[in-house]
Amino acid sequence: MSRGVAVQLTDLRRTYSGVNALDGLTLHLEPGELVALLGPSGCGKTTALRCLAGLEDPDSGRVEVGGKDLTRVPTNKRDMGMVFQAYSLFPHLTARQNVEFGLQLRKQGGEQRRRRSTEMLELVGLSAHVDKYAHQLSGGQQQRVALARALAIEPQVLLLDEPLSALDAKVRTQLRDEIRRIQLEVGTTTLFVTHDQEEALAIADRVGVMRSGRLLQLAAPQELYSRPADDFVADFVGLTNRVMGTSHGMTVQVLGADVPLLPGSASEGPVTVLIRPEHLTVTQDAAGAAVVISSSFLGAQGRVVVSPGENLHPVLVQVPSAVVADFSPGDRVTVRPVGAPALAIAAG
Amino acid sequence: MSGIRATRRRRQSVLRWVVVTLCMLFFAAPLAGMLDFTTKDAQGNRTGATWAKLVDVQGVSRDYPDLAAGFTASVGLAVLTVVVMLVLLVPTMTWVRLRLPGLSRTVEFLCLLPLTVPAIVLVVGLTPVYSWVTYFLGESTIWLGFAYVILVLPYAYRSLDVGLRAIDVKTLSEAGRSLGAGWGTVMVRVVLPNLRTAVLSAAFLAVALTLGEFTIANLFSRTNLQVAMFFLGKSDAQVSVAVGLASLVFAFLVLFALSFVGGRSPSRKETS
Repeated sequence: MSRGVAVQLTDLRRTYSGVNALDGLTLHLEPGELVALLGPSGCGKTTALRCLAGLEDPDSGRVEVGGKDLTRVPTNKRDMGMVFQAYSLFPHLTARQNVEFGLQLRKQGGEQRRRRSTEMLELVGLSAHVDKYAHQLSGGQQQRVALARALAIEPQVLLLDEPLSALDAKVRTQLRDEIRRIQLEVGTTTLFVTHDQEEALAIADRVGVMRSGRLLQLAAPQELYSRPADDFVADFVGLTNRVMGTSHGMTVQVLGADVPLLPGSASEGPVTVLIRPEHLTVTQDAAGAAVVISSSFLGAQGRVVVSPGENLHPVLVQVPSAVVADFSPGDRVTVRPVGAPALAIAAG
Repeated sequence: MSGIRATRRRRQSVLRWVVVTLCMLFFAAPLAGMLDFTTKDAQGNRTGATWAKLVDVQGVSRDYPDLAAGFTASVGLAVLTVVVMLVLLVPTMTWVRLRLPGLSRTVEFLCLLPLTVPAIVLVVGLTPVYSWVTYFLGESTIWLGFAYVILVLPYAYRSLDVGLRAIDVKTLSEAGRSLGAGWGTVMVRVVLPNLRTAVLSAAFLAVALTLGEFTIANLFSRTNLQVAMFFLGKSDAQVSVAVGLASLVFAFLVLFALSFVGGRSPSRKETS
């Protein structure tokens, strides 16, 4: 069942006290798609979501949902469900009454409301907690009820404003996966705002990285990770080493090997190459120029920090956890790129 | 070590009870004196005649028409004051918190200002205003309610402010709006139920203050309960003191009810 509609934000601008929160943001969401907006605090991602929700008025630009211009339509007429970062259940109502709140406003009959609220609370796995108040529910349960409440009204668009950020790591992962499952099940077009890259990469169809009110790159998670548009995206999404190299057109020589360059890279002369830790290998080598600084076991994998040479920045290498114990501080090693394409920027 | 702690706890407990007892005596002694005075006849014998007079509603209306009129006026004033105060303050404070946080200091200053203005100065300032009120609305004690709203502003503001600080008004109202509620619905169905204790507290304080107000009514030559009691005191001191005692007990009961209601969460109460 897909009831998604297309969303189009065009050239949105919003200024707070001279600071551009949104600087010409243009974004398109396909029907039924889940797009995550990712970026550091103050990048404008929440402002974009609030402009779409109608909770903020853009200074200029256009908000269209399902082909209709909603730019000046008040929040309560936009037909959007929203889950907030802060717990937003009405404290004086039970979980069921919270879910029925929007249905009551839509003049649905008692029996119809009850059926719908039961269905929604079952969907989020809270059938056993229908008569509980917010203070009787855990943080994760409260956010599930908030999600059920937002979906109960069958919104055109679902807006999720960092709904997991107040939860502990384990609950966050569980609920993240559930949000994705539910979103796929109901097929509602969804905009998800987060500062957590893992969260965004895990559940979104496409991820948009924002900085200073602008959308730097909007791409599928894998593409965003493997082909970042610039050094900010490369740095923000995943871990990145910055290593000096020399660019020769389509390739760059770095750490003693040639690596293909990604589109948009600086093409000639000395460059800074952005290489992922998993795109490097480290091997024991008594004659190697690099020296191990530290190694750490992280469960599923391990990391080794290596100094590639005098006056060079240390690099981080990802290794299988089984071999991490083989590397001790002071060991002589050799570090090499595995040959995956990398982004190079002009050496600054 | 635990023995020292237990002794200390016992001492603190005793001290607490001593303080509470002294405070209760401080409040109870005058009330006991009033009760004593109103239950004696001229020969010093115990009698319930004064209180019997007060519970005879028709008798009070007949024998003490000014007292009955003052009581009626005070009840009307309390209702008007509470209604106007709530209608004025709750939406204003909510709106300032949601949309105009920069104005919160100004609103707080304006609401606390009446604390610094003596009643006589307030009356002098309000006299020309009331000449217009009388011109437009007619001559009635009930219009003193507008002045009383100014008097109760500092107390009501404090109560409502505490209530608004205790909930995340912004998120709750945005959640309500996103579900399709207009501002009126948000106020009535989202904000007010969660401000229940604060609203009751503000209302009770307003009632207590209105029932005890004398200066403004007297200076405006109006008759409310306190003014009626004052004049009655010159002709029938026992009835006047009995009414005073009854109104004090009523105020204490109101405050007791307030602390009782304030200590209970509506949601907890209804939980099955």
